[in-house]
Amino acid sequence: MIGTLLRIGVINVKRDRVVLALTFLLPVMFFSIFASVFGNQRDTTSAINIGVADLDQSTYSKKMVAALKAEGGLKVRTTENADGTGDPLDRAKAEAIVKNGRVPVAIVLPKGFGEGGRFFSRDENAPKIQVLVDVSDPIASQMVQGLLQKVSFTAAPGMMANEGLGMLEKYSGPLTPEQRASMDRWTKLLDQDSTTSQTVSNFGPALEVVNVLQPGYGNVGIISFYAAGIGVMFLLFSASGAGGAMLDEEESGTLGRLIGSRAGMTGVLIGKWLFIALLGVLQLTVMFVWGMLVFKLPLMNHLPGFFVMSIVTAAAASAFGMLLATMCRSRAQLSGISTIVILAMSAVGGSMFPRFLMTETMQNMGLVTFNAWALDGYIKVFWRNAALWELWPQVAVLVALCATFLLVARVFARRWEAL
Amino acid sequence: MTSSAGTAVMPLRVDAAHKKYGDVQALAGASLEVQPGKLIGLLGPNGAGKTTLIRAIAGRVLLDSGTIELFGRTLTARDPRPEIGVVPQELAVYDKLTARENLEVFGRLYGVTGPTLRERVERALEWSDLKERAGDMVKKYSGGMKRRLNIACSLIHAPTLVLLDEPTVGVDPQSRERIYEMLASLQSTGVSVVLTTHHLEEAEQRCERIVIIDRGRIVASGTLAELVRSALGKSRVAEITLDSVWPESAPLPADSRLDGDRRTLHAEVDDLTLRMPVVFQDIARAGRQAVNVKMSGATLHEVFIALTGRELRE
Repeated sequence: MIGTLLRIGVINVKRDRVVLALTFLLPVMFFSIFASVFGNQRDTTSAINIGVADLDQSTYSKKMVAALKAEGGLKVRTTENADGTGDPLDRAKAEAIVKNGRVPVAIVLPKGFGEGGRFFSRDENAPKIQVLVDVSDPIASQMVQGLLQKVSFTAAPGMMANEGLGMLEKYSGPLTPEQRASMDRWTKLLDQDSTTSQTVSNFGPALEVVNVLQPGYGNVGIISFYAAGIGVMFLLFSASGAGGAMLDEEESGTLGRLIGSRAGMTGVLIGKWLFIALLGVLQLTVMFVWGMLVFKLPLMNHLPGFFVMSIVTAAAASAFGMLLATMCRSRAQLSGISTIVILAMSAVGGSMFPRFLMTETMQNMGLVTFNAWALDGYIKVFWRNAALWELWPQVAVLVALCATFLLVARVFARRWEAL
Repeated sequence: MTSSAGTAVMPLRVDAAHKKYGDVQALAGASLEVQPGKLIGLLGPNGAGKTTLIRAIAGRVLLDSGTIELFGRTLTARDPRPEIGVVPQELAVYDKLTARENLEVFGRLYGVTGPTLRERVERALEWSDLKERAGDMVKKYSGGMKRRLNIACSLIHAPTLVLLDEPTVGVDPQSRERIYEMLASLQSTGVSVVLTTHHLEEAEQRCERIVIIDRGRIVASGTLAELVRSALGKSRVAEITLDSVWPESAPLPADSRLDGDRRTLHAEVDDLTLRMPVVFQDIARAGRQAVNVKMSGATLHEVFIALTGRELRE
């Protein structure tokens, strides 16, 4: 019975080249455009949460922590929790809060860091500041690196001046007592206004950026984000379009025949939902395979997670398409409503612009959308290397949404039954 | 199908069917009986309730009140109706599937499988004259071919009562002829057929019984002769051409009227022997002569107009 319904769907799609092109080519084209345009984008939006592990506890490192805290663009925590509770951060704890997504960047000021040359002569053997980054948020990482350079100079201008004078004395001979007294007065003044903004130089402490999520990968984070984002958005479009076939069938009378058959209304809905869901899994697979071939997306390393997320996402998207189709009275109505709803959901849910770059309120608002949960799942798979069981919140929400959409669609579909 | 007493079970009996959509009373007590192996024409103006009645019998419309009996079984709203084949007015076939594929998918959905399905598909293709084009996509078919396939898809599960809503709308006379041949062959196997149509001539020629529905109720039912008798009372009309115009002052013969040119007289006649001499005497009394006489029986068209009026229905 269901097999027969699937066959009808397959034949219809196979023989309609426009639908085929829209289903597979258009999303790939859009994905390529978005990935190319936004792949290297930087933005300076809301304050970035960061963790700082001060292993050095020197005067300089303490001043740097204070200066980082004074930066308006950063929300700094030095303990496990944002409210200052929990253990002070060490290297392992800092990495853990990046890995679990609580902060996009953590800075580790290593032991002995305050002793080494920092400003004018870089000692390559001196301990380096480690910037532990979550590649899913490349913008946060870039911003923090820039601010870190800035505060390394502004945190302790007196110390910087002293180091400069040391260099001068080393190569030009010692200062006279008068020069020394004058410099002491000046450096005291510098330290009184330690947060004065200054030009960021290329000099500064040595930084080591560590991709704690995917060692060995470059900018694939943002590529896989757009593969998922665009994929989910187009999945919704194709699901609502395919669901709309029910409206065409209503007009042609074939829906009446199907409902009058042994399949009944429930069977018809399930058959069509299943067909659209399978088509959706195929669509996402084509999209990610394209990403793997052209943009080096590490699909093969994440196949189980990809399929789990793709199956639940396609199932929920298909149910959403059925819901829209059963709610609307005509194709034109469906086209208008679905375009608006899907674009809005995609914008808020993070398909067009990463949710982690939005304000916290917007990020929370996004959670009411289908896209946000699907994307969070894909991010867990591709960026956080999450184990399958760790996907349970996203899978549970998507399955619940799928069931809810289908149930409501079944209620709306009653208008096609005996009236 | 026969009852335990050996008498033929009535395939369909609808009693006092009522259905209201908002303020519109679509069915207002319609009652209908369909005998085994009969071809019934269900006629009525637009919006009279024909399609609602057909859909109610098919289980697609829930009645507000009234009963439907199918082969002696009183149906509740959601009861399955496997004995019924419904041919909708729309071309309810998949145009990207071939005729064979359409017949196969609808056969399966209606519970026909395996060798039975294969055999029925072949028979349906032959019966509907589509065998040669069975592998072509339906969108390449003519209107008549699509109509024939539409009927064949509704019959693939071998129903014993077939309901057709305007089966010949929009097709050429040849296809129409073929469709009626198909229906006649169905009827010859004992299948009862109910069809709605606006082609009154066709109904007059093809249907054994005619049911006229108007404003949601059945206003007449029977053979054409019975309808003429009950609706018009007179079974014939004499059309008499006069030698000159009828004088203003002279009275017209009873039950007669003049055409616009006042030279043609139409007289309703129930008994030729008694009535015609009286009409000729009235003509002579008016100082005129009859130069030609043409007799005609009342048509279904006249019955239809007499029963449903000339007012346009939207």
